[in-house]
Amino acid sequence: MTPILELRAVKAFYGQSEVLHGIDVAVEEGGMAVLLGANGAGKTTTLRAICGMVRREGEIRFAGTRLDRRTTEEIAGLGVAHVPEGRGTFIGLTVEENLRLGAHMRAGRAEADLQRMYGYFPILAARRRQQAGTLSGGEQQMLAIARALMMAPRLLVLDEPSFGLAPQIVEDIFAIVERIRSDEHVSVLLVEQNARLALDLADHAYLMETGYVVASGSAKALADDPQISRSYLGY
Amino acid sequence: MEKSVIGATFDAPAVDRYPAPNAGTQRWIAALGLIALAVVLPFVVSKYHVFELTMVMIYAIAVLGLNILAGYNGQISLGHGGFFAAGAYTAAILMHRYGVPYWATLPPAALICFALGVLFGLPALRFEGPYLALVTLALALATPQLLKYFDNWTGGQQGINLTKPLPPHWLVIDRDRWLYLIVLAALLLAMRIAANLLHGRTGRALVAIRDHPIAAAALGIDTARYKTLAFGTSTLFMGVAGALAAIVIGYVSPEGYNLFLSLSFLVGSAVGGIATIGGAIIGGLFIEFVPNLANDISDAAPWAIYGLAMLLFMYTMPQGVVGSLGPWITRSMRQIRAQRAAFAGGDEEHDGKGRTS
Amino acid sequence: MHELLQQIFSGLVAGAVYASLALALVMIYRATDLVNFAQGEMAMFSTYIAWTLVNAGLPFWGAFIITLLVSFLGGMAIERVVIRPIENAPVLAAVVVTIGLLLIFNSLAGWIYTYTVKDFPSPFPDRPLFGALTTTRDLGVIGVTLVMLALLFAFFRFTKTGLAMRAAAQNPDSARLCGIRVKRLLAIGWGLAAAIGAIAGILVAPILFLDPNMMSGVLVYAFAGALLGGIASPLGAVVGGLIVGVTENLVGTYLIASQLKLTVAFALIILVLVLRPNGLFGTAIVRRV
Repeated sequence: MTPILELRAVKAFYGQSEVLHGIDVAVEEGGMAVLLGANGAGKTTTLRAICGMVRREGEIRFAGTRLDRRTTEEIAGLGVAHVPEGRGTFIGLTVEENLRLGAHMRAGRAEADLQRMYGYFPILAARRRQQAGTLSGGEQQMLAIARALMMAPRLLVLDEPSFGLAPQIVEDIFAIVERIRSDEHVSVLLVEQNARLALDLADHAYLMETGYVVASGSAKALADDPQISRSYLGY
Repeated sequence: MEKSVIGATFDAPAVDRYPAPNAGTQRWIAALGLIALAVVLPFVVSKYHVFELTMVMIYAIAVLGLNILAGYNGQISLGHGGFFAAGAYTAAILMHRYGVPYWATLPPAALICFALGVLFGLPALRFEGPYLALVTLALALATPQLLKYFDNWTGGQQGINLTKPLPPHWLVIDRDRWLYLIVLAALLLAMRIAANLLHGRTGRALVAIRDHPIAAAALGIDTARYKTLAFGTSTLFMGVAGALAAIVIGYVSPEGYNLFLSLSFLVGSAVGGIATIGGAIIGGLFIEFVPNLANDISDAAPWAIYGLAMLLFMYTMPQGVVGSLGPWITRSMRQIRAQRAAFAGGDEEHDGKGRTS
Repeated sequence: MHELLQQIFSGLVAGAVYASLALALVMIYRATDLVNFAQGEMAMFSTYIAWTLVNAGLPFWGAFIITLLVSFLGGMAIERVVIRPIENAPVLAAVVVTIGLLLIFNSLAGWIYTYTVKDFPSPFPDRPLFGALTTTRDLGVIGVTLVMLALLFAFFRFTKTGLAMRAAAQNPDSARLCGIRVKRLLAIGWGLAAAIGAIAGILVAPILFLDPNMMSGVLVYAFAGALLGGIASPLGAVVGGLIVGVTENLVGTYLIASQLKLTVAFALIILVLVLRPNGLFGTAIVRRV
């Protein structure tokens, strides 16, 4: 299979300081890759580099197009939907307005897509007229994912969807992500602290440390490697 | 203990951080040279230029006052012309009504404006950003109205005419040059006080408040007290500048203290560099000379030229002249020193010790 | 009683104009965190454009529409040329740039049109209404303002661009991730603000007469209205503008000689702000984490 997203020797910078030191990452078409690692390893920065939210060097290819010279808006238009750290919901707007913003770039009406999202997340249908800021953390995460799917993306980029949520809700959300992946034919790049859960779902995994990829392979191989399990994944 | 913590966490602002440690003597020599130049200057230029330069220094004192507030306390005032007016009218009324000698009007002008500043500063602490802008804007707009309203004191629309003071009879210089020297002395004193204030413990507390209000509170710095103090100090400078302006110009009237004056001070502060002491002089030069220059370029639309000059300065040096060029100059100076050291001390001496000449 | 009502009505007329300009200020502030001190002078300049067109023989409403279009494009151009270079500059630099813009417009208007006061036509006949309580002209001013507000509300509520503008003002990063071109919307926002200001200028010109300094007082009251309502609230700006208009008029009529009108009106507004530092409508958005 050919990768839908491919990073080659990508560096990223905050101001003058280099925080990613030339990493290689790939996501297979229809696959799910996960970036693991401690805080400050550069996982979120990698996602921000893909979407043009930090200064970066190196080659980023997405479905045959170079992303590394493009702006965040253009990258979104090409079909990369990024749910950022902290979800990035528009808390002052209603649930439905948030969802409609996902369909901003597309011509025509988004009613059918809206209904499909309400099918995945019935709770959002119930709260469609409410301000997004009044939703619970789990509901906001669902809203953020649904908004991203409204973009009809080919690649969904998720930054720690489990952050700050109760375990049961995390499982619910990941179950929906699984379902969406097959129903919507979307590839996923995931950053996750909950390594066990992520390795269960993903087919490929990258272990990051201080701006480098220190190990990569199939999720199963990484989960089975005793040394990696002990020193990085904590089990 | 507390002091060292503050000193370590919140350093003096960037501009003042750069001088090399052993450059102290050099700086003194340079400063004395500049002062000598400033003393000689009025005797080599025409009388009208002497007056202009005197106004530059007065504006510099005012901008210095605004710099303490804007630069070190994070507050921007659109209304400090009001305090400038208070100082001017204090001096004018004392001289005109009560025959107080001109030099004796400065301390009361300073005191009154300090008190007014503290009174105004207390409620102003509750406001930030656009809200503070509105409150100070209101002060600027109210000033001419109030001056006209209390006309038994202020002379209303007509204002007050003053006789320009004479130099002491044992000094054989003319009036304008004498006033120049007095204002120069006041400016040097003001710069000295500002430097002490800003490099000492108080100054570091002010900088800390500007950069990290919550951390400053956590360190036990009484934010409200220092902010009020900063407001009072800045208005004290304004008052002295205003009093000097009244004495030097020999006339006060309400329309001279309108919103435009307040905005000019703010522009001077921004152009010079808000966190700086030297920037105040650049600001004074801008306030005094750029309108005239603009008039020379286009007498049809001089203020459009003035506005363009403001835009140009902000685009090229958003931190102000001193704030933007200062670090660059010190960096180049250090490079030159390092090169000189390398020549004098051979390849292994790069730390400046080899500089013996 | 009759006189009081009369005064309140004429206060509302002034207030409608303040509300319009306050709305323009709030729009810019929400999008860029910047108080555009040049908003009033931009409106004044737009009004001169309308005056030129009317004098060239265009019917009033034709001149009105063309002026709005020109102002919209002008506002976009100003954002692009003047404001974008200082996006990341310190606050004071941004403040100074808008003050510089204010001076440039004021001076240009004086240069092109001179400082002599000009008559500006009102599209509404001036007939007394409701037993001289108000006039048709005053009602016309209030009516135009209300129509403009309704259109703006509909634009922000029901159009894709309006929704995107609200999103971009609230969270520019997330908006970009949705593919929204935030910079272009910023320019559109400046264009809209300039057009709203133009309406305020055209409405007030027949009352105040047209000269280059016509809008400086209006800007100050509009600014006060915007803050009174809460600088981030469009509805607050409208209500704040109306309150300021009525307050100013009543203070001038009943409280004190007109030479201190502005001072006293401001003292009252500041008193309110001391008690409610975020303005009347400046409450935080309900938020759960």
